[in-house]
Amino acid sequence: MDFGFTDEQTMLGESLARTLERGGDAAALSELGAGLALMTEEAGGFGGTGRDILMVFRTLGRAAAVTQLLDSVVLGAGILSAAGEADLAEAAASGEARIAVALDEPGQRYDGKVSTRAEGERLTGEKSLVPGAEDATHLIVKTTDGLWLVEAGAEGLGLRGYALMDGGRAAEVTLRDTPARRIGDAALLDRPLAAAILAVCADALGAMEKAVELTTDYLKTRKQFGRPIGSFQALQHRMADLLTEVEQARSAVWNLAGNLDTADRDRHVAATKSLLGRVALYVAEETIQLHGGIGMTEEYELAPLARRLLAADARFGDSDHHLERFIAASAA
Amino acid sequence: MDMSFSPDDQTFRAEVRQFLQDRLPERLSEKVRLQQELTKAEIEEWHAVLNEKGWLAGNWPREFGGAGWTAIQRHIFDEESALASAPRVLPFGIAMLGPVLQKFGSKEQQDRFLPRILNGQDWWCQGYSEPGAGSDLASVKTTAVRDGDDYVVNGQKTWTTLGQHANWIFCLVRTDPTAKAQEGISFLLIDMTSPGITVRPIVLLDGTPEVNEVFFDDVRVPAENLVGEENKGWTYAKYLLTHERTNIAGVGFATAGLAALKRIARAQQAHGKPLIENPLFAARLAEIEIDLMAMATTNLRMLAQAAAGQVPGAESSMLKLKGTQIRQAINDLTRRAVGPWALAFPSEAVEGANDDLPPGPPEAAAATRAYLNNRKLSIYGGSNEIQRGIIAKSLLGL
Repeated sequence: MDFGFTDEQTMLGESLARTLERGGDAAALSELGAGLALMTEEAGGFGGTGRDILMVFRTLGRAAAVTQLLDSVVLGAGILSAAGEADLAEAAASGEARIAVALDEPGQRYDGKVSTRAEGERLTGEKSLVPGAEDATHLIVKTTDGLWLVEAGAEGLGLRGYALMDGGRAAEVTLRDTPARRIGDAALLDRPLAAAILAVCADALGAMEKAVELTTDYLKTRKQFGRPIGSFQALQHRMADLLTEVEQARSAVWNLAGNLDTADRDRHVAATKSLLGRVALYVAEETIQLHGGIGMTEEYELAPLARRLLAADARFGDSDHHLERFIAASAA
Repeated sequence: MDMSFSPDDQTFRAEVRQFLQDRLPERLSEKVRLQQELTKAEIEEWHAVLNEKGWLAGNWPREFGGAGWTAIQRHIFDEESALASAPRVLPFGIAMLGPVLQKFGSKEQQDRFLPRILNGQDWWCQGYSEPGAGSDLASVKTTAVRDGDDYVVNGQKTWTTLGQHANWIFCLVRTDPTAKAQEGISFLLIDMTSPGITVRPIVLLDGTPEVNEVFFDDVRVPAENLVGEENKGWTYAKYLLTHERTNIAGVGFATAGLAALKRIARAQQAHGKPLIENPLFAARLAEIEIDLMAMATTNLRMLAQAAAGQVPGAESSMLKLKGTQIRQAINDLTRRAVGPWALAFPSEAVEGANDDLPPGPPEAAAATRAYLNNRKLSIYGGSNEIQRGIIAKSLLGL
């Protein structure tokens, strides 16, 4: 049995945490090789396993860092390298190119059905909630017949951007007879999407761990009725429940990390995302509550963590969506 | 057992409904329905409409310009208002300060302040909580020292809801630092335009500056603004808190929220069918609705007791606990019902100034914000942990 990390993974995690603490930007993360750590050796990187993804994203989640590593690298570069677009994949991993992945469409809810279509080498349709679209150099667009690559600024490409609750930005994307190049079938999404879900879950795990630490410190220092509120048994029991649930989440993330490249991947994706979504909400709600009014404020460091936990549930299918998937996968 | 409302109450309900239909402007109800922030002017506009009808202060006796409603009439008004998406009546002047002045204030204070609450000249806010005094309110540290005809006030209040709009604040201040915690506190009315007062907004999780910190730096307050007797403020504060807890169950808000949730769930698609037909979602929705039906009856049972002259005790803590749990559950399921569109977050969407409207159904923009904002329900007005303590102590004797 081995639930540990390699020395390289541990070192990367530590330097990533230090860089983020100093407010490290995208360039600093690239320099560390955070992007390349998310890519396999065949794809030009030096990692790319479930545990690499786990280490990097748990660290990002603890710091509530807003980066493009999930959308541009895990998902974007992951698809590109599966499609044999090695050069662009490596450019994305090193931060030279930024990839936005346009999957969802208006009126559609987690189930992946699309109506954007290609005529010749031109795409027409609408995409919704495309993270990082405004800054992207390239968009990967899912259509009725596969995956297509669109360059930023292409003819007929329209973007309308807005803020996301985790601090990033997304856009509504319109394609009107927009030139594009087909890169492969939608099946290329399978592994990158599973890896992206692992990344979201690991990120949420980091955010939960940090939120619980903040809450523990607060309970030790905040006094009411003449004593630290952590001395009240009612609150101690709730912290104990919180820790127990976070431990469940930790194990669920390990399950997915370890099964990312096994035949049982889909079932683990559904199980882990469902459990993580549920626990993420519980941790967000409980840590806010245990802080009282301070937990409601934007300036306290819990706020971005709590919103990140909410966002984690809403991305790539919420806990109920994956509960249904798990039931279906288990019945099969 | 008769669980129906009396004919008089039913007539009253019909009258309230008709009034709301006639006088509630659609632009206000639309904003309330979509959970958008109302401006100060919009809140004042609705207060003025109610005041014209004599319904602004349903809880006040007629002699002070109130409607003199029974507890059941107040409940009916609150419920119908919520169902019609009317702006809520702000509690600070009407539900909190008014009753205190009527019971403990001087004739001069009543004559001076009560009419101005009704006609909208004054906007009151509450100066109770401090950084070190939340649920443990008796540990307030803000001091008021008598100096000639004035008190000189120093200290800091926090969580002052909508204090940015207020021109008056009622405060708990410490006038005897040597007395035991509850015994050295006074209840003081302070003009917010006095020199030495600074108001700093606190931006909340949902991106809105709903609450504030208020700092007092050698603020001179005329001694005539002391309510009742010096060092007896704790008694008045407790009296006010029992009034703050009217409509604590929020049945109307929950019922309106549940209706909105069903609208969204009918419009959203899951696996090619309306979300409301999805078995898992339908089960979650049904559980909340069943809980709400039971809680609404608990609320009515307690109102009936109150109407029969019994003073509600720790039962109101159970209403606070269950009522806020249900409202939070509705907020949670609403956020989930809008699915991925919950991710969009118009954090600067204050007072409708939002040119950057996110995608999805019209309710989606507010779903996440309302969810985040209503985490406060289980924290304010005596946190739910405090309520559990009250229940265990007074109902179980533990």
